[in-house]
Amino acid sequence: MSLETPLHRVQGLGSAHAGVRHFWRERVTAVALIPLSAWFVVSVLLFVGKTEAEIAGFFQHPWNGLLMGLFVLVSCVHMMLGLQVVIDDYVHHPGQRIVLLLVTRAYTWLVGGLCLVALLRLAVV
Amino acid sequence: MADNPQSPSVRNRPLSPHLGIYKWPITMVTSITHRATGVAISAGMILLAWGLIALASGPEMYQPFVASIVNPIGLVVLFGFLWSLVYHFLNGIRHLAWDLGYGFAVPTANRTAVLVIALSALISVGVFGYGWWILHGGLHA
Repeated sequence: MSLETPLHRVQGLGSAHAGVRHFWRERVTAVALIPLSAWFVVSVLLFVGKTEAEIAGFFQHPWNGLLMGLFVLVSCVHMMLGLQVVIDDYVHHPGQRIVLLLVTRAYTWLVGGLCLVALLRLAVV
Repeated sequence: MADNPQSPSVRNRPLSPHLGIYKWPITMVTSITHRATGVAISAGMILLAWGLIALASGPEMYQPFVASIVNPIGLVVLFGFLWSLVYHFLNGIRHLAWDLGYGFAVPTANRTAVLVIALSALISVGVFGYGWWILHGGLHA
């Protein structure tokens, strides 16, 4: 016996696997952030005592610029997904939830945009 | 009244768990801390953006940024960001292990919770201490 509704059976679409998209994206970005965030912390630790020119020079190196850009981008995606879960869990008023989710997205794009513009400026100087 | 057989048993009845009197299992502490550190790192990301913008904009923006880090409040914020990142990193690995089906047994989950708390403190204090030592002359002090 099938538990499908007649409408579902006649449409014949099956699962779109869209329900697990958020879950998967959170995990994949988490795995990517293991090496990226470790690289980030070690790099920043090595900035201690360095001059402004030396630190700017670090980000001008193509590999460092790429890794920093990836760290920022993947962090922003992971951050947006994670903050969404927190808001979905604790904010029950639909209007407040939508406003907070939009603020979260605006904040994420702002942070990501600022970091990438700064990295590009460092790269082309 | 004193012979009422009901009054002592009424007083000794177990109370249903309530947040105010509920003893938090350590796994509950690590779970809520994972969220709290995630939100803290998210807030701190704007400071990272500030630092990169300052670095890309020249000394007149970079000097105030450095000055705002190298003072008591800045150092506390920096250490908070570092510890949050290290904790979220370590506990995130714990979560990924659960996603793969490992470490679900209660004694294991309790042990890894203590491990994550201890390692996050050790690593963040170690990283911060190393930076502090370099800033104050390192080997040449």
